[in-house]
Amino acid sequence: MTDPRAWLGGAWRDARQALLRLARAPLATLTTSAVIGITLVLPLALYLVASHLRPLAGGWDEGASLSLFLRDTVADDALPTLRQRLLRLPGVAAVRIIDRAAALAEFRRYSGFGEALKLLPDNPLPAVLVVRPARDSDAQAIERLAARLRALPQVDQVQVDHAWLERLRALQHLLSRATWVLGALLGLAVLLTIGNTVRLEIQHRAEEIRVSKLIGASDGFIRRPFLYAGVWYGLFGAVIAWWLSTISLILIAPPLRELAGLYEYQTQASALSLGEFLALLGIGAALGLLGAWLAVSRHLREIEPD
Amino acid sequence: MKSVSLAKQRLSADPARSRAKGDVIHFEQVSKRYPDSHAGLSEIDLSLRQGEMAFLTGHSGAGKSTLLKLIGLLERPSGGQLRVLGRYLNRLAPRQVAAHRREIGMIFQDNRLLFDRNVFDNVALPLVIRGMAPREIARRVRAALDKTGLLHKERALPVTLSGGEQQRVGIARAVVAKPPLILADEPTGNLDPGLSRDIMALLDEFNQVGVTVLIASHDIELISTLGKRILVLEEGRLVYDTANPEGRHD
Repeated sequence: MTDPRAWLGGAWRDARQALLRLARAPLATLTTSAVIGITLVLPLALYLVASHLRPLAGGWDEGASLSLFLRDTVADDALPTLRQRLLRLPGVAAVRIIDRAAALAEFRRYSGFGEALKLLPDNPLPAVLVVRPARDSDAQAIERLAARLRALPQVDQVQVDHAWLERLRALQHLLSRATWVLGALLGLAVLLTIGNTVRLEIQHRAEEIRVSKLIGASDGFIRRPFLYAGVWYGLFGAVIAWWLSTISLILIAPPLRELAGLYEYQTQASALSLGEFLALLGIGAALGLLGAWLAVSRHLREIEPD
Repeated sequence: MKSVSLAKQRLSADPARSRAKGDVIHFEQVSKRYPDSHAGLSEIDLSLRQGEMAFLTGHSGAGKSTLLKLIGLLERPSGGQLRVLGRYLNRLAPRQVAAHRREIGMIFQDNRLLFDRNVFDNVALPLVIRGMAPREIARRVRAALDKTGLLHKERALPVTLSGGEQQRVGIARAVVAKPPLILADEPTGNLDPGLSRDIMALLDEFNQVGVTVLIASHDIELISTLGKRILVLEEGRLVYDTANPEGRHD
Protein backbone atom coordinates (compact mmCIF):
# COMPACT_ATOMS: atom_id res chain seq x y z
CA MET A 1 0.00 0.00 0.00
CA THR A 2 2.75 2.42 0.92
CA ASP A 3 5.26 1.32 -1.72
CA PRO A 4 5.54 4.44 -3.95
CA ARG A 5 6.43 2.37 -7.00
CA ALA A 6 3.32 0.24 -6.62
CA TRP A 7 1.29 3.40 -6.08
CA LEU A 8 2.71 4.99 -9.24
CA GLY A 9 2.10 1.81 -11.18
CA GLY A 10 -1.49 1.78 -9.97
CA ALA A 11 -1.92 5.46 -10.82
CA TRP A 12 -0.62 4.89 -14.35
CA ARG A 13 -2.90 1.86 -14.73
CA ASP A 14 -5.91 3.93 -13.65
CA ALA A 15 -4.94 6.81 -15.95
CA ARG A 16 -4.56 4.43 -18.87
CA GLN A 17 -7.87 2.76 -18.15
CA ALA A 18 -9.60 6.15 -18.02
CA LEU A 19 -7.97 6.97 -21.36
CA LEU A 20 -9.09 3.67 -22.89
CA ARG A 21 -12.62 4.32 -21.69
CA LEU A 22 -12.60 7.74 -23.37
CA ALA A 23 -11.18 6.16 -26.53
CA ARG A 24 -14.13 3.79 -26.63
CA ALA A 25 -16.43 6.76 -27.29
CA PRO A 26 -14.16 8.78 -29.59
CA LEU A 27 -16.82 11.11 -30.97
CA ALA A 28 -18.16 12.14 -27.57
CA THR A 29 -14.63 12.58 -26.23
CA LEU A 30 -13.60 14.65 -29.24
CA THR A 31 -16.70 16.84 -28.98
CA THR A 32 -16.15 17.59 -25.31
CA SER A 33 -12.45 18.22 -25.87
CA ALA A 34 -13.21 20.52 -28.81
CA VAL A 35 -15.65 22.55 -26.69
CA ILE A 36 -12.96 22.91 -24.04
CA GLY A 37 -10.35 23.74 -26.67
CA ILE A 38 -12.48 26.44 -28.29
CA THR A 39 -13.24 27.89 -24.87
CA LEU A 40 -9.56 28.00 -24.00
CA VAL A 41 -8.40 29.42 -27.32
CA LEU A 42 -9.98 32.84 -26.86
CA PRO A 43 -8.01 33.90 -23.77
CA LEU A 44 -5.00 32.17 -25.29
CA ALA A 45 -5.25 34.27 -28.47
CA LEU A 46 -5.61 37.45 -26.42
CA TYR A 47 -2.57 36.47 -24.45
CA LEU A 48 -0.58 35.94 -27.65
CA VAL A 49 -1.59 39.31 -29.11
CA ALA A 50 -0.81 41.05 -25.82
CA SER A 51 2.59 39.38 -25.65
CA HIS A 52 3.34 40.51 -29.20
CA LEU A 53 2.50 44.10 -28.35
CA ARG A 54 4.59 44.08 -25.20
CA PRO A 55 8.02 44.39 -26.88
CA LEU A 56 6.47 46.93 -29.22
CA ALA A 57 5.64 49.25 -26.34
CA GLY A 58 8.74 48.31 -24.39
CA GLY A 59 11.02 49.04 -27.33
CA TRP A 60 9.95 52.67 -27.17
CA ASP A 61 11.04 53.18 -23.61
CA GLU A 62 14.09 54.92 -25.00
CA GLY A 63 12.10 56.60 -27.71
CA ALA A 64 9.87 58.76 -25.53
CA SER A 65 11.25 62.12 -26.52
CA LEU A 66 10.64 65.85 -26.69
CA SER A 67 11.19 67.67 -29.95
CA LEU A 68 12.26 71.27 -29.46
CA PHE A 69 11.61 73.32 -32.61
CA LEU A 70 13.93 76.32 -32.36
CA ARG A 71 13.30 79.84 -33.54
CA ASP A 72 14.79 80.91 -36.91
CA THR A 73 17.02 83.35 -35.04
CA VAL A 74 19.07 80.56 -33.53
CA ALA A 75 22.19 79.97 -35.62
CA ASP A 76 23.46 76.47 -36.29
CA ASP A 77 26.75 77.13 -34.51
CA ALA A 78 24.88 78.09 -31.32
CA LEU A 79 23.33 74.62 -31.16
CA PRO A 80 26.17 72.76 -29.34
CA THR A 81 26.20 75.37 -26.55
CA LEU A 82 22.44 75.13 -26.16
CA ARG A 83 22.76 71.33 -26.11
CA GLN A 84 25.30 71.55 -23.26
CA ARG A 85 22.93 73.79 -21.29
CA LEU A 86 20.03 71.44 -21.73
CA LEU A 87 22.11 68.43 -20.67
CA ARG A 88 22.66 70.09 -17.29
CA LEU A 89 18.92 70.33 -16.64
CA PRO A 90 17.53 67.70 -14.24
CA GLY A 91 15.59 64.94 -15.93
CA VAL A 92 17.42 65.15 -19.25
CA ALA A 93 19.27 62.05 -20.34
CA ALA A 94 20.44 62.97 -23.84
CA VAL A 95 20.06 65.67 -26.46
CA ARG A 96 20.44 65.12 -30.17
CA ILE A 97 20.94 67.95 -32.60
CA ILE A 98 19.14 68.01 -35.91
CA ASP A 99 20.34 71.20 -37.62
CA ARG A 100 18.36 72.78 -40.43
CA ALA A 101 20.25 71.01 -43.20
CA ALA A 102 19.80 67.62 -41.52
CA ALA A 103 16.13 68.38 -40.93
CA LEU A 104 15.70 69.15 -44.59
CA ALA A 105 17.49 66.00 -45.65
CA GLU A 106 15.34 63.90 -43.31
CA PHE A 107 12.19 65.58 -44.55
CA ARG A 108 13.15 64.94 -48.16
CA ARG A 109 13.77 61.31 -47.44
CA TYR A 110 10.51 60.57 -45.60
CA SER A 111 7.89 62.99 -46.84
CA GLY A 112 8.00 62.47 -50.57
CA PHE A 113 7.87 66.25 -51.07
CA GLY A 114 11.55 66.39 -51.97
CA GLU A 115 10.93 67.74 -55.47
CA ALA A 116 8.56 70.40 -54.20
CA LEU A 117 11.10 71.58 -51.65
CA LYS A 118 13.60 72.23 -54.40
CA LEU A 119 11.31 74.96 -55.64
CA LEU A 120 11.65 76.90 -52.40
CA PRO A 121 14.39 79.48 -52.25
CA ASP A 122 15.27 78.85 -48.58
CA ASN A 123 15.20 75.94 -46.23
CA PRO A 124 11.87 76.47 -44.43
CA LEU A 125 12.59 74.00 -41.67
CA PRO A 126 13.69 74.96 -38.16
CA ALA A 127 16.56 73.31 -36.31
CA VAL A 128 15.41 70.72 -33.85
CA LEU A 129 16.83 69.45 -30.55
CA VAL A 130 15.53 66.02 -29.60
CA VAL A 131 15.59 65.69 -25.83
CA ARG A 132 15.42 62.26 -24.30
CA PRO A 133 14.10 62.41 -20.74
CA ALA A 134 15.73 60.41 -17.95
CA ARG A 135 14.66 56.79 -17.96
CA ASP A 136 12.63 57.00 -14.74
CA SER A 137 10.54 59.96 -15.92
CA ASP A 138 6.81 59.43 -15.75
CA ALA A 139 4.27 61.32 -17.82
CA GLN A 140 4.05 64.15 -15.28
CA ALA A 141 7.80 64.62 -15.08
CA ILE A 142 7.94 64.79 -18.87
CA GLU A 143 5.17 67.40 -18.89
CA ARG A 144 7.07 69.50 -16.32
CA LEU A 145 10.23 69.24 -18.38
CA ALA A 146 8.31 70.27 -21.50
CA ALA A 147 6.92 73.36 -19.76
CA ARG A 148 10.37 74.35 -18.63
CA LEU A 149 11.83 73.92 -22.11
CA ARG A 150 8.95 75.80 -23.69
CA ALA A 151 9.90 78.80 -21.53
CA LEU A 152 13.39 79.01 -23.09
CA PRO A 153 13.73 82.07 -25.40
CA GLN A 154 15.32 80.01 -28.21
CA VAL A 155 12.46 77.53 -28.29
CA ASP A 156 9.53 78.13 -30.57
CA GLN A 157 7.56 74.96 -29.95
CA VAL A 158 7.83 71.73 -27.91
CA GLN A 159 6.30 68.55 -29.11
CA VAL A 160 5.95 65.66 -26.69
CA ASP A 161 6.23 62.41 -28.57
CA HIS A 162 4.94 60.05 -25.95
CA ALA A 163 1.18 60.50 -26.19
CA TRP A 164 0.78 57.70 -28.74
CA LEU A 165 3.04 55.56 -26.61
CA GLU A 166 0.81 56.13 -23.60
CA ARG A 167 -2.15 55.14 -25.72
CA LEU A 168 -0.41 52.01 -26.86
CA ARG A 169 0.50 51.15 -23.29
CA ALA A 170 -3.08 51.76 -22.18
CA LEU A 171 -4.30 49.52 -24.98
CA GLN A 172 -1.86 46.86 -23.98
CA HIS A 173 -2.93 47.19 -20.36
CA LEU A 174 -6.52 46.76 -21.41
CA LEU A 175 -5.57 43.74 -23.48
CA SER A 176 -3.73 41.97 -20.69
CA ARG A 177 -6.46 42.80 -18.17
CA ALA A 178 -9.06 41.53 -20.63
CA THR A 179 -6.99 38.36 -21.03
CA TRP A 180 -7.23 37.72 -17.31
CA VAL A 181 -10.90 38.54 -16.95
CA LEU A 182 -11.85 36.54 -20.02
CA GLY A 183 -9.48 33.79 -18.96
CA ALA A 184 -11.15 33.56 -15.57
CA LEU A 185 -14.66 33.52 -17.06
CA LEU A 186 -13.82 30.98 -19.71
CA GLY A 187 -11.85 28.91 -17.20
CA LEU A 188 -15.11 28.74 -15.26
CA ALA A 189 -16.85 27.64 -18.46
CA VAL A 190 -14.27 24.86 -18.89
CA LEU A 191 -14.84 23.84 -15.28
CA LEU A 192 -18.58 23.60 -15.86
CA THR A 193 -18.16 21.74 -19.16
CA ILE A 194 -15.93 19.11 -17.63
CA GLY A 195 -18.06 18.97 -14.48
CA ASN A 196 -21.16 18.33 -16.54
CA THR A 197 -19.48 15.68 -18.70
CA VAL A 198 -18.22 13.88 -15.62
CA ARG A 199 -21.65 14.15 -13.99
CA LEU A 200 -23.23 12.41 -16.99
CA GLU A 201 -20.52 9.77 -16.88
CA ILE A 202 -21.22 9.20 -13.18
CA GLN A 203 -24.93 8.75 -13.90
CA HIS A 204 -24.10 6.43 -16.77
CA ARG A 205 -21.99 4.27 -14.47
CA ALA A 206 -24.30 4.46 -11.44
CA GLU A 207 -24.75 0.68 -11.22
CA GLU A 208 -21.02 0.08 -11.36
CA ILE A 209 -20.54 2.64 -8.59
CA ARG A 210 -23.26 0.98 -6.49
CA VAL A 211 -21.71 -2.46 -6.90
CA SER A 212 -18.25 -1.10 -6.15
CA LYS A 213 -19.54 0.45 -2.94
CA LEU A 214 -21.28 -2.80 -2.06
CA ILE A 215 -18.08 -4.78 -2.22
CA GLY A 216 -16.23 -2.20 -0.18
CA ALA A 217 -14.49 0.06 -2.68
CA SER A 218 -13.16 3.15 -0.94
CA ASP A 219 -14.37 6.60 -1.97
CA GLY A 220 -10.92 7.27 -3.38
CA PHE A 221 -11.07 4.19 -5.58
CA ILE A 222 -14.47 5.18 -6.96
CA ARG A 223 -13.44 8.80 -7.45
CA ARG A 224 -10.15 8.11 -9.24
CA PRO A 225 -11.31 7.11 -12.75
CA PHE A 226 -13.51 10.20 -12.98
CA LEU A 227 -10.70 12.48 -11.85
CA TYR A 228 -8.38 10.96 -14.45
CA ALA A 229 -11.07 11.41 -17.10
CA GLY A 230 -11.31 15.09 -16.13
CA VAL A 231 -7.54 15.49 -16.44
CA TRP A 232 -7.56 13.83 -19.87
CA TYR A 233 -10.37 16.09 -21.08
CA GLY A 234 -8.41 19.12 -19.86
CA LEU A 235 -5.24 17.95 -21.60
CA PHE A 236 -7.03 17.20 -24.88
CA GLY A 237 -8.75 20.60 -24.69
CA ALA A 238 -5.41 22.32 -24.11
CA VAL A 239 -3.85 20.57 -27.11
CA ILE A 240 -6.81 21.52 -29.30
CA ALA A 241 -6.59 25.12 -28.04
CA TRP A 242 -2.89 25.18 -28.90
CA TRP A 243 -3.61 23.83 -32.36
CA LEU A 244 -6.43 26.34 -32.97
CA SER A 245 -4.31 29.23 -31.70
CA THR A 246 -1.48 28.29 -34.05
CA ILE A 247 -3.88 28.30 -36.99
CA SER A 248 -5.44 31.59 -35.87
CA LEU A 249 -2.02 33.13 -35.52
CA ILE A 250 -1.13 32.20 -39.07
CA LEU A 251 -4.37 33.87 -40.17
CA ILE A 252 -3.82 37.10 -38.24
CA ALA A 253 -0.08 37.31 -38.89
CA PRO A 254 -0.28 39.60 -42.01
CA PRO A 255 -2.46 42.32 -40.40
CA LEU A 256 -0.43 42.05 -37.20
CA ARG A 257 2.77 42.64 -39.18
CA GLU A 258 1.08 45.57 -40.86
CA LEU A 259 0.13 47.09 -37.51
CA ALA A 260 3.62 46.57 -36.16
CA GLY A 261 5.02 48.06 -39.37
CA LEU A 262 3.02 51.25 -38.78
CA TYR A 263 4.91 51.59 -35.53
CA GLU A 264 8.17 50.83 -37.36
CA TYR A 265 8.50 47.67 -35.40
CA GLN A 266 9.41 44.23 -36.65
CA THR A 267 7.45 41.34 -35.19
CA GLN A 268 7.19 37.68 -35.89
CA ALA A 269 3.85 36.02 -35.25
CA SER A 270 5.43 33.23 -33.23
CA ALA A 271 3.45 30.47 -31.60
CA LEU A 272 3.76 29.47 -27.94
CA SER A 273 7.17 28.73 -26.51
CA LEU A 274 7.73 25.31 -25.00
CA GLY A 275 7.34 26.73 -21.51
CA GLU A 276 4.07 28.43 -22.42
CA PHE A 277 2.82 25.25 -24.08
CA LEU A 278 3.57 23.25 -20.93
CA ALA A 279 1.85 25.93 -18.85
CA LEU A 280 -1.19 25.64 -21.12
CA LEU A 281 -1.22 21.85 -20.61
CA GLY A 282 -0.89 22.40 -16.88
CA ILE A 283 -3.81 24.83 -16.82
CA GLY A 284 -5.93 22.42 -18.88
CA ALA A 285 -5.11 19.49 -16.61
CA ALA A 286 -5.75 21.54 -13.47
CA LEU A 287 -9.11 22.80 -14.75
CA GLY A 288 -10.03 19.22 -15.73
CA LEU A 289 -9.09 17.86 -12.33
CA LEU A 290 -10.95 20.62 -10.49
CA GLY A 291 -14.07 20.30 -12.67
CA ALA A 292 -14.14 16.53 -12.22
CA TRP A 293 -13.52 16.91 -8.51
CA LEU A 294 -16.48 19.28 -8.12
CA ALA A 295 -18.77 16.91 -10.04
CA VAL A 296 -17.53 13.84 -8.19
CA SER A 297 -17.83 15.32 -4.72
CA ARG A 298 -21.36 16.49 -5.51
CA HIS A 299 -22.74 13.43 -7.25
CA LEU A 300 -20.93 10.34 -5.94
CA ARG A 301 -22.57 10.77 -2.56
CA GLU A 302 -25.98 10.53 -4.19
CA ILE A 303 -25.28 7.02 -5.41
CA GLU A 304 -25.52 4.60 -2.52
CA PRO A 305 -26.18 0.87 -2.72
CA ASP A 306 -29.73 -0.16 -1.84
CA MET B 1 3.23 -10.89 31.13
CA LYS B 2 3.18 -7.17 31.45
CA SER B 3 3.14 -6.66 27.70
CA VAL B 4 0.20 -9.03 27.34
CA SER B 5 -1.90 -7.08 29.81
CA LEU B 6 -0.89 -3.87 28.06
CA ALA B 7 -2.02 -5.30 24.75
CA LYS B 8 -5.33 -6.29 26.33
CA GLN B 9 -5.76 -2.79 27.64
CA ARG B 10 -5.14 -1.39 24.21
CA LEU B 11 -7.68 -3.77 22.73
CA SER B 12 -10.37 -2.80 25.18
CA ALA B 13 -9.45 0.86 24.79
CA ASP B 14 -10.58 0.63 21.16
CA PRO B 15 -14.32 0.14 21.45
CA ALA B 16 -14.95 0.20 17.70
CA ARG B 17 -12.93 -2.93 17.09
CA SER B 18 -12.34 -5.83 19.41
CA ARG B 19 -11.75 -9.34 18.14
CA ALA B 20 -11.65 -10.67 21.69
CA LYS B 21 -15.36 -11.50 21.64
CA GLY B 22 -16.04 -14.78 19.84
CA ASP B 23 -19.20 -13.95 17.88
CA VAL B 24 -18.87 -12.85 14.27
CA ILE B 25 -22.36 -11.34 14.40
CA HIS B 26 -23.94 -10.09 17.60
CA PHE B 27 -27.32 -8.32 17.76
CA GLU B 28 -28.41 -6.89 21.10
CA GLN B 29 -31.91 -5.38 21.22
CA VAL B 30 -31.36 -4.08 17.69
CA SER B 31 -34.21 -2.15 16.08
CA LYS B 32 -34.59 -0.58 12.71
CA ARG B 33 -37.42 1.84 12.07
CA TYR B 34 -38.10 3.49 8.74
CA PRO B 35 -39.53 7.00 8.58
CA ASP B 36 -42.61 5.81 6.66
CA SER B 37 -43.08 3.15 9.39
CA HIS B 38 -43.11 0.18 7.00
CA ALA B 39 -41.71 -3.08 8.29
CA GLY B 40 -38.39 -2.69 10.06
CA LEU B 41 -36.89 -4.75 12.87
CA SER B 42 -37.76 -4.75 16.57
CA GLU B 43 -35.48 -5.72 19.45
CA ILE B 44 -33.50 -8.43 17.69
CA ASP B 45 -31.19 -10.54 19.88
CA LEU B 46 -29.03 -12.85 17.81
CA SER B 47 -25.50 -14.25 17.73
CA LEU B 48 -23.58 -16.13 15.08
CA ARG B 49 -20.31 -17.79 16.08
CA GLN B 50 -17.32 -17.92 13.83
CA GLY B 51 -17.65 -20.77 11.32
CA GLU B 52 -21.39 -21.07 11.79
CA MET B 53 -23.88 -21.36 8.94
CA ALA B 54 -27.49 -20.25 9.40
CA PHE B 55 -30.60 -19.60 7.37
CA LEU B 56 -32.82 -16.61 7.90
CA THR B 57 -36.39 -17.19 6.80
CA GLY B 58 -39.85 -15.70 6.98
CA HIS B 59 -42.45 -14.16 4.71
CA SER B 60 -41.47 -11.37 2.42
CA GLY B 61 -41.51 -8.13 4.38
CA ALA B 62 -40.62 -9.94 7.62
CA GLY B 63 -37.30 -8.11 7.74
CA LYS B 64 -34.81 -10.64 6.29
CA SER B 65 -33.25 -8.19 3.87
CA THR B 66 -33.23 -5.42 6.46
CA LEU B 67 -31.32 -7.65 8.86
CA LEU B 68 -28.68 -8.44 6.20
CA LYS B 69 -28.47 -4.79 5.23
CA LEU B 70 -27.71 -3.84 8.84
CA ILE B 71 -24.83 -6.32 8.90
CA GLY B 72 -23.39 -5.01 5.62
CA LEU B 73 -23.99 -1.42 6.75
CA LEU B 74 -26.34 -0.66 3.87
CA GLU B 75 -28.57 0.57 6.69
CA ARG B 76 -27.79 1.82 10.17
CA PRO B 77 -29.63 0.46 13.21
CA SER B 78 -32.05 2.87 14.90
CA GLY B 79 -31.50 1.34 18.34
CA GLY B 80 -29.71 -1.40 20.24
CA GLN B 81 -26.17 -2.56 19.72
CA LEU B 82 -24.82 -4.38 16.69
CA ARG B 83 -21.34 -5.86 16.56
CA VAL B 84 -20.04 -7.52 13.39
CA LEU B 85 -16.50 -8.89 12.99
CA GLY B 86 -15.52 -6.99 16.13
CA ARG B 87 -16.82 -3.65 14.92
CA TYR B 88 -19.55 -1.77 16.74
CA LEU B 89 -21.58 -0.69 13.75
CA ASN B 90 -23.66 1.92 15.58
CA ARG B 91 -20.61 4.09 16.00
CA LEU B 92 -18.64 3.25 12.88
CA ALA B 93 -17.43 6.38 11.07
CA PRO B 94 -18.65 6.72 7.47
CA ARG B 95 -15.14 6.41 6.08
CA GLN B 96 -14.71 3.03 7.80
CA VAL B 97 -17.75 1.57 6.05
CA ALA B 98 -15.78 0.51 2.95
CA ALA B 99 -13.19 -1.38 5.03
CA HIS B 100 -16.05 -3.15 6.83
CA ARG B 101 -17.71 -4.20 3.59
CA ARG B 102 -14.43 -5.56 2.24
CA GLU B 103 -14.57 -8.22 4.97
CA ILE B 104 -18.00 -9.40 3.90
CA GLY B 105 -18.82 -11.34 0.75
CA MET B 106 -22.31 -10.34 -0.35
CA ILE B 107 -24.50 -12.37 -2.69
CA PHE B 108 -27.77 -11.05 -4.10
CA GLN B 109 -30.87 -12.55 -5.62
CA ASP B 110 -30.34 -10.46 -8.77
CA ASN B 111 -26.58 -11.16 -8.55
CA ARG B 112 -25.66 -7.49 -9.20
CA LEU B 113 -23.08 -8.31 -11.88
CA LEU B 114 -21.67 -5.62 -14.17
CA PHE B 115 -23.05 -6.53 -17.56
CA ASP B 116 -20.52 -4.58 -19.59
CA ARG B 117 -17.65 -6.70 -18.25
CA ASN B 118 -16.80 -10.32 -18.73
CA VAL B 119 -16.88 -12.97 -16.02
CA PHE B 120 -13.20 -12.60 -15.18
CA ASP B 121 -13.44 -8.82 -14.68
CA ASN B 122 -16.58 -9.16 -12.56
CA VAL B 123 -14.94 -11.65 -10.24
CA ALA B 124 -11.71 -9.61 -10.15
CA LEU B 125 -13.46 -6.45 -8.92
CA PRO B 126 -13.06 -7.07 -5.15
CA LEU B 127 -9.33 -7.66 -5.71
CA VAL B 128 -8.94 -4.65 -7.99
CA ILE B 129 -10.41 -2.34 -5.35
CA ARG B 130 -7.79 -3.70 -2.94
CA GLY B 131 -5.05 -2.59 -5.34
CA MET B 132 -3.73 -6.13 -5.79
CA ALA B 133 -1.09 -6.86 -8.45
CA PRO B 134 -2.57 -8.12 -11.77
CA ARG B 135 -0.77 -11.49 -11.63
CA GLU B 136 -2.07 -12.20 -8.12
CA ILE B 137 -5.55 -11.12 -9.21
CA ALA B 138 -5.49 -13.55 -12.16
CA ARG B 139 -4.37 -16.41 -9.92
CA ARG B 140 -7.09 -15.82 -7.34
CA VAL B 141 -9.86 -15.18 -9.87
CA ARG B 142 -9.08 -18.48 -11.63
CA ALA B 143 -9.09 -20.27 -8.28
CA ALA B 144 -12.53 -18.83 -7.45
CA LEU B 145 -13.87 -19.63 -10.93
CA ASP B 146 -12.50 -23.13 -10.66
CA LYS B 147 -14.24 -23.58 -7.33
CA THR B 148 -17.56 -22.42 -8.78
CA GLY B 149 -17.13 -24.47 -11.97
CA LEU B 150 -16.88 -21.51 -14.34
CA LEU B 151 -13.24 -21.61 -15.36
CA HIS B 152 -14.14 -22.20 -18.99
CA LYS B 153 -16.42 -19.14 -19.03
CA GLU B 154 -13.98 -16.48 -17.86
CA ARG B 155 -14.13 -14.53 -21.13
CA ALA B 156 -17.93 -14.75 -21.43
CA LEU B 157 -20.20 -11.76 -20.86
CA PRO B 158 -22.78 -12.29 -18.08
CA VAL B 159 -25.74 -11.98 -20.49
CA THR B 160 -24.60 -15.11 -22.31
CA LEU B 161 -24.80 -17.16 -19.10
CA SER B 162 -27.77 -19.00 -17.61
CA GLY B 163 -29.35 -17.80 -14.35
CA GLY B 164 -27.53 -20.45 -12.34
CA GLU B 165 -24.20 -19.58 -13.93
CA GLN B 166 -24.74 -15.88 -13.27
CA GLN B 167 -25.41 -16.67 -9.63
CA ARG B 168 -22.18 -18.69 -9.52
CA VAL B 169 -20.29 -15.69 -10.87
CA GLY B 170 -21.84 -13.65 -8.07
CA ILE B 171 -20.67 -16.24 -5.56
CA ALA B 172 -17.17 -16.35 -7.06
CA ARG B 173 -17.03 -12.56 -6.70
CA ALA B 174 -18.17 -12.80 -3.07
CA VAL B 175 -15.54 -15.37 -2.09
CA VAL B 176 -12.57 -14.35 -4.25
CA ALA B 177 -11.10 -12.08 -1.56
CA LYS B 178 -11.58 -14.82 1.09
CA PRO B 179 -13.83 -12.84 3.44
CA PRO B 180 -14.50 -14.27 6.92
CA LEU B 181 -18.25 -13.69 6.50
CA ILE B 182 -20.63 -14.37 3.62
CA LEU B 183 -24.13 -12.89 3.44
CA ALA B 184 -26.56 -14.14 0.82
CA ASP B 185 -29.95 -12.54 0.19
CA GLU B 186 -32.27 -15.03 -1.55
CA PRO B 187 -29.41 -16.48 -3.62
CA THR B 188 -31.71 -19.12 -5.13
CA GLY B 189 -34.73 -16.88 -5.59
CA ASN B 190 -34.72 -17.13 -9.36
CA LEU B 191 -33.49 -20.70 -9.72
CA ASP B 192 -35.21 -24.04 -10.08
CA PRO B 193 -34.96 -26.57 -7.19
CA GLY B 194 -32.04 -28.52 -8.66
CA LEU B 195 -29.89 -25.44 -9.24
CA SER B 196 -30.93 -24.07 -5.83
CA ARG B 197 -29.63 -27.21 -4.16
CA ASP B 198 -26.30 -26.86 -6.03
CA ILE B 199 -25.93 -23.24 -4.92
CA MET B 200 -26.63 -24.12 -1.28
CA ALA B 201 -24.15 -26.98 -1.48
CA LEU B 202 -21.54 -24.59 -2.85
CA LEU B 203 -22.12 -22.16 0.02
CA ASP B 204 -21.90 -25.10 2.42
CA GLU B 205 -18.46 -25.90 1.01
CA PHE B 206 -17.21 -22.43 1.93
CA ASN B 207 -18.66 -22.91 5.38
CA GLN B 208 -16.71 -26.18 5.66
CA VAL B 209 -13.44 -24.23 5.45
CA GLY B 210 -14.42 -21.94 8.31
CA VAL B 211 -16.30 -19.09 6.66
CA THR B 212 -19.33 -17.84 8.60
CA VAL B 213 -22.38 -17.91 6.32
CA LEU B 214 -25.79 -16.28 6.78
CA ILE B 215 -28.38 -16.89 4.07
CA ALA B 216 -31.79 -15.27 3.80
CA SER B 217 -34.22 -17.53 2.00
CA HIS B 218 -37.99 -18.04 1.97
CA ASP B 219 -37.54 -21.55 0.56
CA ILE B 220 -38.40 -23.40 3.80
CA GLU B 221 -38.74 -26.68 1.97
CA LEU B 222 -35.14 -26.57 0.76
CA ILE B 223 -33.44 -25.22 3.86
CA SER B 224 -35.19 -27.54 6.28
CA THR B 225 -33.50 -30.48 4.56
CA LEU B 226 -29.99 -29.07 5.01
CA GLY B 227 -29.74 -29.57 8.76
CA LYS B 228 -28.44 -26.09 9.52
CA ARG B 229 -29.53 -23.50 12.05
CA ILE B 230 -32.73 -21.73 11.02
CA LEU B 231 -33.87 -18.31 12.24
CA VAL B 232 -37.46 -17.27 11.61
CA LEU B 233 -38.48 -13.64 11.34
CA GLU B 234 -42.05 -12.42 11.56
CA GLU B 235 -43.04 -8.79 11.24
CA GLY B 236 -39.62 -7.60 12.22
CA ARG B 237 -39.22 -9.92 15.22
CA LEU B 238 -37.14 -13.03 15.65
CA VAL B 239 -39.80 -15.63 16.55
CA TYR B 240 -37.91 -18.90 16.28
CA ASP B 241 -34.31 -20.11 16.41
CA THR B 242 -33.51 -23.82 16.02
CA ALA B 243 -30.36 -23.30 18.10
CA ASN B 244 -32.48 -22.04 20.98
CA PRO B 245 -35.98 -23.58 20.59
CA GLU B 246 -37.02 -22.82 24.16
CA GLY B 247 -35.85 -19.21 24.02
CA ARG B 248 -38.16 -16.34 24.72
CA HIS B 249 -39.45 -15.38 21.29
CA ASP B 250 -42.60 -13.36 21.55
